[in-house]
Amino acid sequence: MTALDDIRVRERAAAEMRAKEGVEAETVEAVKALSGTYKHGWNTEIEMEFAPKGLSEDIVRLISERNDEPQWMLDWRLEAYRRWTRMKEPKWAMVQYPEINFQDQYYYARPASMKEKPKSLDEVDPKLLETYNKLGIPLKEQAILAGVKPAPDDRKVAVDAVFDSVSVGTTFKKELAAAGVIFCSISEAIQEHPELVKKYLGSVIPQSDNYYATLNAAVFSDGSFVYVPKGVRCPMELSTYFRINAENTGQFERTLIIADEGSYVSYLEGCTAPQRDVAQLHAACVELVALDDAEIKYSTVQNWYPGDENGKGGIYNFVTKRADCRGARSKVMWTQVETGSAVTWKYPSCILRGDDSQGEFYSIAIANNYQQADTGTKMVHLGKNTKSRIVSKGISAGKAQNTYRGLVSMHPRAKNSRNYTQCDSLLIGSECGAHTVPYIEVRNNSSRVEHEATTSKVDDDQLFYCRSRGMDEEEAVALVVNGFCKEVLQALPMEFAMEAQQLVAISLEGSVG
Amino acid sequence: MVGEAKRQATEDRLGALTLPEGGGWLGAARKDALDRLRAVGLPGRRDEYWRYTDPRPLNAPEPEGAAEAAGDDPFAGIDGFVITVDGDAVIVPDGAPEGLEVDTLRHAAGADIHWAREIYGTREAAGSRPVSRPFGMLNTAFATDGVLLRAKGKVARPVHIRYAPGTDPILHHVVKIEAGATLTLLESGTPGNRGNTALEAEIAEDGALHHLRIQDPDPKRHVNTHFFAALSARSVLKSFTLSAQGAFVRNEGTIDLTGDEGSATIAGAAFGRGDFHHDDTVFVTHDAVDCESRQVFKKVLRDGATGVFQGKILVKEGAQKTDGYQISQSLLLDDDSVFLAKPELEIYADDVACSHGSTTGAIDETALFYLRSRGVSKRDATDLLVLSFLAEALEEIDDEALREHVNDCLAGWLSTH
Repeated sequence: MTALDDIRVRERAAAEMRAKEGVEAETVEAVKALSGTYKHGWNTEIEMEFAPKGLSEDIVRLISERNDEPQWMLDWRLEAYRRWTRMKEPKWAMVQYPEINFQDQYYYARPASMKEKPKSLDEVDPKLLETYNKLGIPLKEQAILAGVKPAPDDRKVAVDAVFDSVSVGTTFKKELAAAGVIFCSISEAIQEHPELVKKYLGSVIPQSDNYYATLNAAVFSDGSFVYVPKGVRCPMELSTYFRINAENTGQFERTLIIADEGSYVSYLEGCTAPQRDVAQLHAACVELVALDDAEIKYSTVQNWYPGDENGKGGIYNFVTKRADCRGARSKVMWTQVETGSAVTWKYPSCILRGDDSQGEFYSIAIANNYQQADTGTKMVHLGKNTKSRIVSKGISAGKAQNTYRGLVSMHPRAKNSRNYTQCDSLLIGSECGAHTVPYIEVRNNSSRVEHEATTSKVDDDQLFYCRSRGMDEEEAVALVVNGFCKEVLQALPMEFAMEAQQLVAISLEGSVG
Repeated sequence: MVGEAKRQATEDRLGALTLPEGGGWLGAARKDALDRLRAVGLPGRRDEYWRYTDPRPLNAPEPEGAAEAAGDDPFAGIDGFVITVDGDAVIVPDGAPEGLEVDTLRHAAGADIHWAREIYGTREAAGSRPVSRPFGMLNTAFATDGVLLRAKGKVARPVHIRYAPGTDPILHHVVKIEAGATLTLLESGTPGNRGNTALEAEIAEDGALHHLRIQDPDPKRHVNTHFFAALSARSVLKSFTLSAQGAFVRNEGTIDLTGDEGSATIAGAAFGRGDFHHDDTVFVTHDAVDCESRQVFKKVLRDGATGVFQGKILVKEGAQKTDGYQISQSLLLDDDSVFLAKPELEIYADDVACSHGSTTGAIDETALFYLRSRGVSKRDATDLLVLSFLAEALEEIDDEALREHVNDCLAGWLSTH
């Protein structure tokens, strides 16, 4: 080998080395760029129109009127409202927050420009479009979400954008309609597809289900509606982006997704809110119906404002999500990354009614500072040969409390069913808490139920290894935590996985040292 | 706040009871427990820790059915110091083993000063926070008698409390293990047609209590037991219960690790058929560093029997280096049997390793097939597999001779029940 060759070899090696370092540096940069305080805490100055403060039958009527709803819808709401006034707020969750004054907030807020519903996205107030642009959700009919390299055409994402109480626009409606898929706001669906709404609304989460679901049934103002017809594989990912903007305003959206026989749909949900000192209420309902051989994937990246490092402000996130695997061989997969909200109370569930149906739940819940999360799932096995799998990763840091609460129930008729549950908790710091409260009910002997849970701290050896490779402590913790969450991150659609990974790092900001 | 219906049910139950007469110290403890009971009321199905067990048989002012005669002593052959509890009265023979002070609650009630005073009702009250144990309170208030044991050194002979069934007895035992002392305590038999027993134990530094209880076959047994224990530094508690048959059994254990490097094991094996309802409700609290706890519970259920396990590991703030382990497993031998479990972790310290596991399922078909292909009848093969399943829990019994003894009891009962 000549000296020249030797130099070339070395140069090549050095170039490879640089490239490798480059990639790593890029990842680190990406995380750094996103680190720091809550990124979406800004607020859009926009003229809003509010319903009067407080909650009464008149407000329920007003919301119904604003949405031009038919009588049956109003009656449904009023029935829910009357029931709600007789209900008591549940206290069993391991969360503490000051009494909510339901009369001291707005139940309906819409941008003034939305008074006349825009017919297409071109008519939407540019300020609103700008808001979503800033959030990284451009409401243009472009192929992909920002931040992701152009992908082949089949990776389009249709977005329904909900701003406070109203849906401001839905993208790709035409293209979806060509495939027979209905994707619109629920207020539109009530107008245009009343037969579907009437048939399925409240069929998974009845009006009387629980305190917050009943409240939602009375005052929900908008949300998304999806119907995928028989045998259709939805040609693109669907998503809804929820933004709370107005002060002292609760957001109550309702999402209804119906996957008809043999269909498939993947749905993404994102949410953010401005940074404010006063806590705000968000009480949503999500109903999924999967008929024979249908499959629904529902992924959430929940990033509501979590309150500041002293626990001031933030969103109270009291959400009811439930899937009814009504048909044989139907399948529902919930994936959630919960990093935001001051208080979370959320149990995405599956009713496995159809024989051979499957439910899956993958969750990462991160609580830092004074955040409190009580989240988990319910898998109710009613049909034969039903399967469920639960993987929950809880991470607590700062002074936060994180609880996994779940139910696995095998009914007598659910012969030959299987459940596997794994919940792991990680504690960072000595002032936080991690709790596991599973309920296991087995009423037949041909089924198998397995539950495993562990609680531990971030492994010192792993941290030491990362530190010895030159990472600072926070980066090292973020990497170890990402590894801890890997199983769940892998279950997320590509668009969300990157965002979720970065969120994990941000949410733990300030938790070390 | 106790609702009207609950308040009324509580008063109805209390109305059927008479507060036993007693000395000043005992009277005060009884009154305190009664006040606490009235404040929370007797449980209902809506109470979180009674969702899987219907408390009505315990709530009813009068018990159902008459007491069965006592069966054979399962500890026959073990050289123990036998204290007989005949219904609601304790009979202590002479010749207590060396290093042990024995008294009865009835006798101590008359004394102005008694060592049991510091413990009686205190552990029970501590164990009622944050989850109330109404029947424990009821026991403290109304117990007619009980065994008081104070180990001052290494007690060589085991103490055996043997129950002869009475009518609706309420019994309250107190055990004090002094620093460095050890005691083995055995319990067997059915206290009555509806028994309510409480055992309060304090184990001082370096002390050890081995507790082994056999609830021998009695299809009519209705019993609610409470075990409240507090462990000081470097002390050891080993508690094991074998339950066979019984209409209604709820064994509650509340263990507090209050001193560093303590070690507690609470375990049980249960099997039954038909209207057998067996509930293990266990709370282990870690409130010191470097402590270890184990909960191991196994149940075999057939012909519509119901098994319940509610277990909790609570690690308080600052209880670092905790090692907590919990497993609940259940074998359902037919389609009508039910297993309901709530294995909880509540953790407020970061340098801990806590885990729990729970499994439920039918007998392993492959193992059954293997045995049958070797010419073992289905019934024998099932018994063998059940025995091997339950035997894992028996591993928690330290004393080899006693473990063998329990294993033999179990094998014998399996072939006859």
